[in-house]
Amino acid sequence: MHYKQVMLFITGKAVKLATLLIAVSILSFFLISYSPIDPVQLYIGADMTRVSPEQRENIAEYWGLHESKPQQFINWGKAVLHGDFGTSLLYRSPVADVIAERFLASLALMVVAWLLSGVVGFLLGIIAGMRQGTWADHVIKGFCFTLASTPAFWLALLFLMTFSVWLGWFPVGLGTPAGVLAEDVTWVERLRHLVLPALTLSIAGVANVALHTREKLIEVLASEYIRFAKAKGEHGFVLVWRHGLRNISIPAVSLHFASFGELFGGAVLAEQVFSYPGLGQAIVQAGLGGDVPLLLGIVLFSAVFVFVGNVMADLLYQLIDPRMRRSGVQ
Amino acid sequence: MNLISSTRNTPLLEVKNFSLTFHSDRKDRQEPLTQVIRQFDITIREGEIMAVVGASGSGKSLLADAILGILPENATCKGMLHYKGEPLTEKRRKHLCGDQIMLIPQSLNALDPLMKTGKQVQTVMKGKGKKDGQRAVFRKVGLPDHVSNQYPFELSGGMARRVLIATAMVSNAHFIIADEATPGIDPHALGEMVTFIKHLAMEGKGVMFITHDIETALQVADKVAVFYAGETVEIANVEDFSGTGETLRHPYTKALWNSLPQNGFVPLEGHQPLADEKGKGCAFQPRCQRATDICLQKQPESRIVKAGMVRCFHA
Repeated sequence: MHYKQVMLFITGKAVKLATLLIAVSILSFFLISYSPIDPVQLYIGADMTRVSPEQRENIAEYWGLHESKPQQFINWGKAVLHGDFGTSLLYRSPVADVIAERFLASLALMVVAWLLSGVVGFLLGIIAGMRQGTWADHVIKGFCFTLASTPAFWLALLFLMTFSVWLGWFPVGLGTPAGVLAEDVTWVERLRHLVLPALTLSIAGVANVALHTREKLIEVLASEYIRFAKAKGEHGFVLVWRHGLRNISIPAVSLHFASFGELFGGAVLAEQVFSYPGLGQAIVQAGLGGDVPLLLGIVLFSAVFVFVGNVMADLLYQLIDPRMRRSGVQ
Repeated sequence: MNLISSTRNTPLLEVKNFSLTFHSDRKDRQEPLTQVIRQFDITIREGEIMAVVGASGSGKSLLADAILGILPENATCKGMLHYKGEPLTEKRRKHLCGDQIMLIPQSLNALDPLMKTGKQVQTVMKGKGKKDGQRAVFRKVGLPDHVSNQYPFELSGGMARRVLIATAMVSNAHFIIADEATPGIDPHALGEMVTFIKHLAMEGKGVMFITHDIETALQVADKVAVFYAGETVEIANVEDFSGTGETLRHPYTKALWNSLPQNGFVPLEGHQPLADEKGKGCAFQPRCQRATDICLQKQPESRIVKAGMVRCFHA
């Protein structure tokens, strides 16, 4: 019976992912196809004057630009289904390769930022909730409200000014030092380049997690089972550890895994400010430079990324909350 | 017999002239204080079940919180609160609560929704063999072994209540506070609860049984403390509740007894005074048929009448 449940879960999620991807690709394909980008002109670039109108017509013909929009979409969709995302015009290499390389760089950034914001936010939330109404609570709440209302890119600029320009602790930008061969770059150097972007990116998530955790902890602390636990002589951190942690982690987990979208969006800004060579920077370049295959590829990829985050939240729910796990099994 | 008589001198719980006050607002000291319990006296000995009976809003549950030291921050207690002959200080409570003093809570929500019931019961145990001990007690209260691995949402109300009772049984508590442990359950389940609680007393534990239901109180208890507007107006023996209540001492207790369907169903006019409605006289005086001038002027002191306590000038 357990096996059946798992199969049902996987099938359900697969169907959801498929429909999501279809919807996303249709929407983004038509948005891009109606944008004022002329793919032929972009492809030729500066050599425009040396290409005759007939040659341009041939290129358009070869790419199927004269066919109807739905037909173009079907052509593109077929290629994607065969694993061919096309060639990036800017990088002159297959889209899948570009995404893979850029994503790895972004992944380090996002993982560090995500873990940092989760842990810091959760801890701050617990402290504030346990000390509700005291100065510690007020300081943490004020800190969170300030963070929540601060644009990430502005914060990034502040960090740059303070830590890179004035104090000189960290490099101003890029993922590795300039003028050094890729194989000569040390881990320390990579880490130093990672610190400020990761810090910027983590800030956005902290406030959210902290405030929700605080709220939930206050609710839990007022509950009957905490009263009973206190009557049984439990207090302080033992009390929170035994009865609080599981109960308050549910909102934090769902929020934090569901925030993969914001994480990705934040990475775009952070990478832009710090010239960090990640996926976020690539999508900005693709958008500004009219690199349609790369743009579509990243859009699809990010949809999968966010979807994975939500599935993980669902799975963790089951792990944390027996009410979800056992509701089907009697 | 010898053992009992020697312990009779130091009661488990001794409360005298106890009062509980709330500040309406912590910052604004000008705000009037609200006294929810005043002149509260009670003595509970080992092996004794003392019912505390009072209408809802009389401050019964706060009494439990006060003993357990889990009152909100804006509450202040005054008066004598002794456990085994010594004051129940904050420091002593940390050792005693959950060990020697246990609560059987009213609400089934008192179980942690995300912890297996067996484990929850084991948290009050000490030393080795927790699992075996817990399972043994579960069997004693009629819970099958597999319940240990279940979560509270998988239990019926009756089973959850047994888990709460089991928590009290498994601990080596000497004093147990049952706070409205029997709200709205059917007669069969009630009978079972009464048996369990009597069983606890037979093991020599003292039980304070808080309830609004005088009939249940009479089924369980040896003595009944009647709570009115935050005061104990009478502590009577169970045998005193008979006939038309002529052996009862306080007019409120008599009125309670006679308002039961089988005893004439006589309603008592008026309502319990709110915390800010209390005058300087006897709290029951506005509803009392025997009230005289002195009842308006002075609060009656507690007296011993017919081997029971009463707080009335006319008893």
